[in-house]
Amino acid sequence: MANLIKTRRGLDIQINGKAKEVIEKTIISDEIALIPDYYCGITPKVVVKEGDIVKAGSPVFYNKKNEAMNFVSPVSGKIIAVNRGERRKVESIVIENDKKNTCEKFIVKSPEKHTADEIKVLLLTTGLWVYIKQRPYDVIANPTQTPKAIFISSFDTAPLAPNYDFVIGSQMTDFQTGIDVLTKLTVGKVHLGVKAGNTIFAPVKNVEITPYEGPHPVGNVGIQINKINPVNKGEVVWTINAQDVLFIGRLFNKGIVDLTRTIALTGPEVNAPQYCNTIAGCRINQLVDGKLSLNVTHRIICGNVLSGIKVTTSGYLDPYATQISVIEEGIDTHELIGWAMPRFNKFSVSGTYFTGFFENKFVQKILGKKNYKYDARLMGGKRAIIMSGEYDKVLPMDILPEFLIKAMIAGNIDKMEALGAYEIAPEDVALCEFVCTSKLPLQQIVRTALDNMKQEME
Amino acid sequence: MDALKKIVDKVKPHFEKGGKLEKFHSVFDGFETFLFVPNTTSKQGTHIHDAVDSKRTMIVVVLALVPALLFGMYNVGYQHYLAINQDVNFFETFIFGFLAVLPLILVSYGVGLGIEFVVAQIKGHEIQEGFLVSGFLIPLIVPVDTPLWMVAVATAFAVIFAKEVFGGTGMNIFNVALVTRAFLFFAYPTFMSGDAVWVRTGTTFGLGNGSIIDSFSGATPLGQIAVSPTTQVQLGGITGNSIGFIDGFIGLIPGSVGETSVIAILLGAVLLLVTRIASWKTMLSVFVGGAAMAWIFNTIGPDTAAAHFPWYNHLVFGGFAFGAVFMATDPVTSARTEKGKWIYGALIGIMTIVIRVLNPGYPEGMMLAILLMNIFAPLIDFYVVDANINRRLKRATIKK
Repeated sequence: MANLIKTRRGLDIQINGKAKEVIEKTIISDEIALIPDYYCGITPKVVVKEGDIVKAGSPVFYNKKNEAMNFVSPVSGKIIAVNRGERRKVESIVIENDKKNTCEKFIVKSPEKHTADEIKVLLLTTGLWVYIKQRPYDVIANPTQTPKAIFISSFDTAPLAPNYDFVIGSQMTDFQTGIDVLTKLTVGKVHLGVKAGNTIFAPVKNVEITPYEGPHPVGNVGIQINKINPVNKGEVVWTINAQDVLFIGRLFNKGIVDLTRTIALTGPEVNAPQYCNTIAGCRINQLVDGKLSLNVTHRIICGNVLSGIKVTTSGYLDPYATQISVIEEGIDTHELIGWAMPRFNKFSVSGTYFTGFFENKFVQKILGKKNYKYDARLMGGKRAIIMSGEYDKVLPMDILPEFLIKAMIAGNIDKMEALGAYEIAPEDVALCEFVCTSKLPLQQIVRTALDNMKQEME
Repeated sequence: MDALKKIVDKVKPHFEKGGKLEKFHSVFDGFETFLFVPNTTSKQGTHIHDAVDSKRTMIVVVLALVPALLFGMYNVGYQHYLAINQDVNFFETFIFGFLAVLPLILVSYGVGLGIEFVVAQIKGHEIQEGFLVSGFLIPLIVPVDTPLWMVAVATAFAVIFAKEVFGGTGMNIFNVALVTRAFLFFAYPTFMSGDAVWVRTGTTFGLGNGSIIDSFSGATPLGQIAVSPTTQVQLGGITGNSIGFIDGFIGLIPGSVGETSVIAILLGAVLLLVTRIASWKTMLSVFVGGAAMAWIFNTIGPDTAAAHFPWYNHLVFGGFAFGAVFMATDPVTSARTEKGKWIYGALIGIMTIVIRVLNPGYPEGMMLAILLMNIFAPLIDFYVVDANINRRLKRATIKK
C-alpha cells in the first residue's frame, strides 16, 4: 500500500438526506430506454427497429465513429419505439421488458487466459467498453490506444454519495475479476484509491492501493490521477467507476451482461433515503413514486447534486448514475431583498453568511447540527469573474483553475494545454461552480472546451 | 411581500421585449433583482449553489465602509467647529458633517449609477453592482470642500473610461474610485493640492456660521511634511495644537473624508477579513511593505523631513490605512494569484513610501502606488502562472 495522501482544499457540503444502508428491493421498470445523449462523444447508429426482440446484451446501436463499439440492451424484451428528434437525431430507444431476463451468452475464459486484444473485442461487443473513460477529454476511452495507467476510486465523496463499501462489499469476487481484466489493458499499473482506514478494499490484488483523506473532491478519480501520475501532453490514462468494474467482473465470471446495480435514493426531499437495486435505463417514476415529499416542485437528478443530470419522472436512469438526488426546484420561491437579509438557513463557504458560525464545533455542541435549505436556484445573477482565489480553495490539484477557465472561455487551446486541460474533467470543477460568486456555468464551459480541444487535436 | 410581488409581476410585461417600456428593461431588471432574489434555476451543471452572489459581496463591502463614513462625517463637523472656535454638542457636529458629505454621496451615486444604467441598457446586460462600492468610496477619498461639479465630472470620466470601455465590473484594469481621485488630482491641481479644501470653513446649508480663528491652518499632516523647511517636523492640527501617532490613529485631523481614522478603517478591515472578501495577504503585505520601506528611509534615507518621518507614523497618516484595507484589496484590479497577492501588496506599500519620501510634488503616494500596481498586477500574475505552466512542462515527455 502506498503512502497516505492528504488534501486540505475542498468542501463537504452539509445537505440532508443521506441514504440508510438498507437495500429496499429490486426495481426494474416495464419500460427501459437507452438514451445516446448520456454517452459522451459518440454518434449512434441504430441496428434495431420497432418490434425486434432483444436479449440482455444484444446490441441496440453502435458508435458510427468506431463501429466495433456496441451499446446493448440491459434487459430482454421487445423494441417498442425508436424516438428521433430534429434532423433525425436519435433521442431514445425504448424496450418493453418481458421480465424473463434471457441473456446473450458470451464465451469467456478467466482473464489471464485472454490477450489484451481479445478482452478489448469482448468489452466492445458486450457494450461494457462505454464504462471505461479516458483522460484527456473525459470521454469514452479510445480502444486503439494503450493507457499508461488505469485509475479507479473506491469511494465517492460527493454530497450524499453512496457508500461503495456497502454497495460493492458483497460482490468482491466480481470486483476482483473486473480488476484482473483491466490489468491486461494497460502497460502500467491499475491504481485503486481507497478512503484512509478502509478494510473492505484492502485485500484486492493486482492493484496499487493508495489511501486518501480529505474533503470532497478527493474521491474524484481526477484528483487522484493528479496526485499520483498526472496526465501530460500525449499521454492517456483510463478511468472507470468502481461500481462499473462489477459489470466487467460479471461478464468474465458468468458470460453474461448483467447491468443491475445498487443505487442510492438521496436528498432532502426523499422521505426515507435508502438504497435499491435497479438497472441502467430504468424509468424514473418507478424509482421515486410515493417516496418524495408532498407539496413541493421537485428537481430530480441522476447522480449527485453537483454534477448529476436533471431528469423528469418520465425520464430514464443515466447508465453511469450511482445515485438519484431529489431537491426542491425553488422556482416558486421569491425572497424579498434576500441579498441583504441574514438568511440563517443558507449554506455558503464565503464569510458573508453565518455558515462559518453554525459549522463551528463549539457552536454545534450547543445548537446542534444546522439544517440548511437548498434548491436549484442560482441565487444570483451571472457576472464576469470578480472574486479571486475562490476556485483554488476547492480544487486540490496543482492547477490554477481561474486561469484555465479563462483560457477555456477564450477558446485558447495552447493556453488550455499549458494550464492543465488534459488533467481536468467537468466533475472536478463542480465545486468551483458551486462556490462561484459570479454564477458561471463552469462544468459546461469545461465540457465545451474539452470537446473543441479534442476536435482540434485529433 | 405578496402585494409587492404582485405589483412587480403586473408591470413586468411592459418591460419585456415588445412592451411599451422595453427601453428600460435593464433598469427594471435591476430593481426586480434588487427586490427579489431571482428565481432562475440551474439548467445543467451544479444543481445547488452557494448563497453568495455579487450583490451580497458588494453590500458587505459597503457595510465595511460605514464606520469610516460615519466617523468622517463627524470629523468634518468637528474640524469645522474647531476652525471657527465654537463649542457645540456631538449631535450638531455630526449633523454639520452629515449635511456636508451627503451631497458628495448623492452626486457620486447619481452620476455613476446613471451611466451604469444607460450602459447596461445599451449592451442589454444586467446592471452590475460594482459601482455600489465605487460610488461609496468616492466621497470618502475626496476632500470635503471639493466642488460637486468636479466630483460629477471625475466620476463620469472614471466610470466610462476606467470601467465601461473595458466591459464593466470585473473587466476593469484600474480601481474606478482611484481613477476618480486621480482625475481630480491631475485635472484641478491648483484646487486639489492646496491647504484650503481639507476643512470646511464656510457654512453648510446655513449651519455653522462663524469666523475662522487667526491661528487656523488647513494643511494635512503629510502636506506639512512636504513643505517643511526642517528635517524634524512637529505636526500640528488646524488650530496649531501639536499632534502625534495617537491622533493619527483616532483620526480627528484634517484629511479626505473617510481616510483619517485608523480605528474606523480597522473596524471595516475586520468585517472584510471575517467575511473573507478582502485578501488578508494583500492587506498585511501592504502594511509590512510600507513599514519596511519607511524604516529603511528612517535609517539610511536622505536628510529630509519625509525620510525622517517615523515609519509607524507613515502607516496612520494620510490615506495609507484606507488604501491598504479598501483599495489594494479590490479583487478585480489586484493580483489574482495567491503568491501574486504577497508581491502586489508589498510593492504597493513600498511604492507609497518611495513616492511620499522622494517625490516632493506628491505628499501622498497611496493613490499613485495602487494605480501603478494595478498596471503591474497582470504581469505579476503572468509569472506566477508561468511557474505553474513550467512545472507541468517539466514532467511532460513530449515537448511541443
